[in-house]
Formats: sequence, C-alpha cells, structure tokens
Amino acid sequence: MNNLLLQFINDPAVSVHFTPAQWDVLIPQARNSFLLATLYRMLEERDLLDQIPLPPRHHLFSGVVTHDRQMLSLDYEIKWMLRAVSALKVPLVLLKGSAYLQAQLPAAGGRLISDIDLMVPESQINAVEAAFNEAGWLGGHADDYDERYYREWMHEIPPLSHIDRGSTLDVHHTIIPPTANPNTDADKLFAAAREIRPGLLVLAPVDMIIHSATHLFHEGDFNHGFRDVLDLDRLLRHFADTEPGFWDELVPRAIELDLLQSLFYGLRYSHKIFGTPIPSQVLAQSYEAVSVKLLVPLMDYLFMRVLAPNHFSCARRFDGMARFCLYVRSHYLRMPMGLLILHLGRKAWKRRFTKEVDVEDPEYAEDGEKA
Amino acid sequence: MTRLKDLNPDDFQDRLKHRGLRVRCGPYVYNLQSAEQKIIDGLTLLYPDFEVMLEETFSDFHIAMRPSGLSQKLRGVVEFYWDGRCPMNIIEVRHSYAFLEWGMNWCVSIASNEYLKLHAAVLEKNNKALIMPGLPGAGKSTLCAALTLSGWRLLSDEHALIPLHSDTVVPLCRPISLKNESIDIIRDFDPSAVLSKVAEETHKGRVAHMKADMAPNSHDATPVPTALMIFPQYEAGAEFSLRRKLKTEAFMFAGLHSFNYKLLGETGFDTMTQLMRSVNCFDLRYASLEQALAAVNHLEAEVFGE
Repeated sequence: MNNLLLQFINDPAVSVHFTPAQWDVLIPQARNSFLLATLYRMLEERDLLDQIPLPPRHHLFSGVVTHDRQMLSLDYEIKWMLRAVSALKVPLVLLKGSAYLQAQLPAAGGRLISDIDLMVPESQINAVEAAFNEAGWLGGHADDYDERYYREWMHEIPPLSHIDRGSTLDVHHTIIPPTANPNTDADKLFAAAREIRPGLLVLAPVDMIIHSATHLFHEGDFNHGFRDVLDLDRLLRHFADTEPGFWDELVPRAIELDLLQSLFYGLRYSHKIFGTPIPSQVLAQSYEAVSVKLLVPLMDYLFMRVLAPNHFSCARRFDGMARFCLYVRSHYLRMPMGLLILHLGRKAWKRRFTKEVDVEDPEYAEDGEKA
Repeated sequence: MTRLKDLNPDDFQDRLKHRGLRVRCGPYVYNLQSAEQKIIDGLTLLYPDFEVMLEETFSDFHIAMRPSGLSQKLRGVVEFYWDGRCPMNIIEVRHSYAFLEWGMNWCVSIASNEYLKLHAAVLEKNNKALIMPGLPGAGKSTLCAALTLSGWRLLSDEHALIPLHSDTVVPLCRPISLKNESIDIIRDFDPSAVLSKVAEETHKGRVAHMKADMAPNSHDATPVPTALMIFPQYEAGAEFSLRRKLKTEAFMFAGLHSFNYKLLGETGFDTMTQLMRSVNCFDLRYASLEQALAAVNHLEAEVFGE
C-alpha cells in the first residue's frame, strides 16, 4: 500500500519511523491533498515534531505558515463582511472550510481554504451582493453566459473578489443547485443554523455533515477529494462525541432535506477510508436511499479511485476513466439532460478557442498555494 | 560525495530520463526527470560540479519535464510537472531548459516558508553577505553575474533565504539567468564565462544561463552573516550616484518585493527587523558595469572592514 498519507493520518506516530525515501513520497501526497499543515498540527498535538527529520518537517511547517495566515485573514475579512451588511440584518451562514475554522472545530486543524463560502437567504441575496460591492468585493468579468449560468441555474452568484485585498466570496442561497433533483428547503437550514458570534452563523452539526457530503458527492470536483473525506471523518467523530442525539437526528434530517443519497456516500467512504465509527443502523438506514443497489459496487470502484490522494504513487489503472465518469455523473445530477448537453457543449466550444492565452510568469507567483 | 561530472554519461542519462536525478542545491535536493536533449545539454554544461545523491533519499522538489502524450510530442511541447501536477502552461521544447531553471526557482518561491524570502541577488565575500533586491530591469542579474566573475561567491541570483529570527542568509547557488542585452554584456565582460545556449523568443525575450559555482565553497550551504544591502538601478546615460538609504525605506522596499513577507505575518516583521539591523543600505545608480563594480567593491572594503 503506497498511501502513506492514510497510514500517517490513522496513526501519526508511525511517521517517526519513516525512512527518507518514505517521506519522499508522503510530502508530495500531502501537498497535492492540501494537507501539509494538517499533518504538522497532528504531530504538534502529539509532541512528535522533534522526531521528524528537518527537511520534510520544513515542508510541513511551510504549510502551517499558510494556514495560520489564512486564519488571520479570514478573521479580518469577516470583520469587513459583517460591517458591510450590518444595515441589512441578514444572517451570514459560513460554509465548509471557513465555517470549520471560525467555529474552531477539530476539522479546522491545519485546514486550508481558497475562498470564503457563505449562504444568505435568497430573498436578500441581491441586497447582500450590493452591500458587498459597496465594500469593495466586485464581480469579475463574467460573460453573459456565465452570469446566466450562475443566476438562473446555480445556487450561488458569480464569485466576488475584493478590489484591494483579493479575497474571494462565494455567496450561495442554498446548498444544492435549484436545477438538481433533490428538493431541499433552504429555510430549514437557516432555521437550525447556530450563531458563533453576532450576525455570523454556521450550519447545525447534522446539516454541516449533510452539506459536506452533498458538496463532495454532488459537485464532481475531486481535486481535494481525500481531504474532503477527511473533513467528514473528523466532523463525524467530533459531533458523535459532543452532540447528544447526533446519530439519531442525522438520517431523518437528510430525508427531510432530500439529501440522503449523498449522506449515504459520505458515510460509506468516510468509514471505508478512515474507519470512522458509525453505528451500523445509521449506515443501514442511509443505504435505503440508494435506488439501484446493484450499482453500489461500481460506485465503490469509481469513488475509491478518485478519493485517493492525488499523486502518482496512489495512481491505479483506469483512474482517468473513473474521474471522467464521475464528472459526467455530477453534471447529470446537477441539471436536467437537455440543459446539460447545452452547457457541456458550450464549455467544450469555449475551451477549444480560449486555450493557451496567459503565460503565467513563474517568477512572480505570490504567496500561498493554489487551491 | 559524488558530483554530476563523476557519473558516467550513461548512468547520468539513465537517472535523468527514468529514475530521477537527485541534485543538491544549497539546502534543497531537487529530483529532476526529463528526456529532453536541451535539458541533458544544459545540466551537463552548467551542473557538473553539483552534488548528486545516488541513494534513494528525500527530495524537496520533484520536477519532470516531458510531453503529456503523443499529441504534445508531435507539436514539440512539454509540460512542467511538479509532484505530478502541471501548474504552468505548456512549454516549447526549445525553451525547456530555461523553463526548468525558472521552475526550480518557482518551487522555492511557492513552497518554502521556513525562510523569509526576499526577491534579491545575494553574494558573499570574506564571509559577509551582500543582498541586492531589485525590480526586473534594474540590472541586478547583470551586476550579480559580473561580481560572480570578479571574485565574489554567488549565493543566489533570485532568493535571499533568511532563516526565521536570524540575520543570516542561506546559500542556494544555481546558474544565473541573463536576459536580452545582459547576455552580450557578460560575454564581453568575460569571454571565459560559461553560458548555456540562448533560448530565443521566450515570454521574457532571449534568455541564457551562466555557470556560477566558481568558488571552491560554492556549494557550502552554511548560513552567512549579512552586512550590506544595495539597491542597484541601471539607467543608460544616468549620472553615477551612491547614497546611503534609510533602513526604514529599505525595509518597505524589501518587504514589498518579498515572496512571503506578508504570509509570515509577525514572524516576517521580526525577521526583517533583525535583518535590517545588521545591514548597511545603499542606493546605487549607474550607467556602466565598471562603475557599479568599483562602487560595490569600495563599499565592501569600507563596510566589511568596519
């Protein structure tokens, strides 16, 4: 088994005995999975840093520098975001990485983020956008098609980027595109959200799990799939310990939000990959959501491939095909077939004619990792 | 210790093409993999004195340059792979060596935060380091190459690596990148300088790399105490001037042109403060290389003598 990253996460103490040649594989696996900082924090918590050879330790440390800076910047950006919308009396619900960091959940240890994801009620999204514009977060130069893609078919507005500081806000009004099949009532998410400081909320624990699973198993972006399943594992372990009634609420809530199938996959692979302790009746209940049970072995085959660390040491035959199948699946889940064909056709056309434009200057890459 | 020139050519090519060639550069080990003739030639010419690691060991950066498939091979282009991913646009084969050098810099720019990294050329004499931050076009590479050819030891033509909470700089000696007119200026300055073939029409114009590890201790990665910071500004026809620069101004400039000053936050500020306390800062405006060399050598004698 070449997945040293998994071995490390299951028991960080084993890394003390890793050879230089093993670190030579582990560091790229961790870098490509956006987990350098997470590994550093795991070693730090267990007081093992001193026992790690200096060259790989430097790479882990470099990741933590980026993570610490992001925590600081996130705090600062949120201060300005709250100020921008203060007149609107609108709840800002943080999603994904930003939520884990701000709510100080264990999943936040070393978690890197790229954008700030948040959710506001659909009725107020235009007012919020205007307020963010006023405060310096502007929409990019999306063309008419992109505008329409976001505003009519997606559950978010085009990303807003700050004119001075470059921070990017992804403002959603629900957690799943309206064109997708599940019929999810966003009001229920807002009603259950928990305030972590005045005006700033995160999803309720069960909703946070369901969203995390939905995001991963609906979106088809498996670039940091391994990290995203780790998020799920760490959140599940944490809520199981700290939230009374967590396991009893989880499946009924997913049914209520019409997202049980995504939850099923989330629980299944978190358990399969990281051995997350999940009560067997919860696994069994979520299995009910799968309409074609015969397909599960096929899905296992595909998902276990794309959810491995994104590094050639973990590569197996047919990875590319698995990735492609799941990419198509995610689009199929996201919009009706007619719309899908139009959209993908348009994307392929655009790619054909806009490739090879900007020569990125490698000498002037600024701080931080690309996510 | 094995140097690249000690490898027999077959072993060298076999490593580079298949297993990966591990080259030590300052504090880092690069694992390089490519079958491109340009890269074989470039490394043979400019890296003979670099240490290669024969055993399987830890490498800081894994870089490969190869076509992703048949279509790229037929078009004469390659991808730059870092840990198996392609962060850059495709590269014409004729530019592959120049891009390898840039890519090797780029990895350090992106990944290494155990140092405060200033965008600067760094040289050493009498175990004291001179740091020359500069904007592109300020002439720092040309001046740096000329100093390297006149008895200074090159520590880096791109990154001043300052260990956190220190006032030293860690050497990372690799070939110096010369652009456009600089190539001929350096050829005239010292006809014995070893230069790679010129890569024509890159996005930065003509580019060549110069072998820069001429000192006996070029590959010693021991930190060097810092003493002098010069901000060179070449300008055709300009009147020569050499002025002491306020440390506060130098601080701001170096911070602005650092790769990770902002990222390091308070640690970056503390490290920069400590660095600034240890250096004398000067603005240097010049129209000829001879003037600039004389000025730098004069400062070295004066400041390092203190």
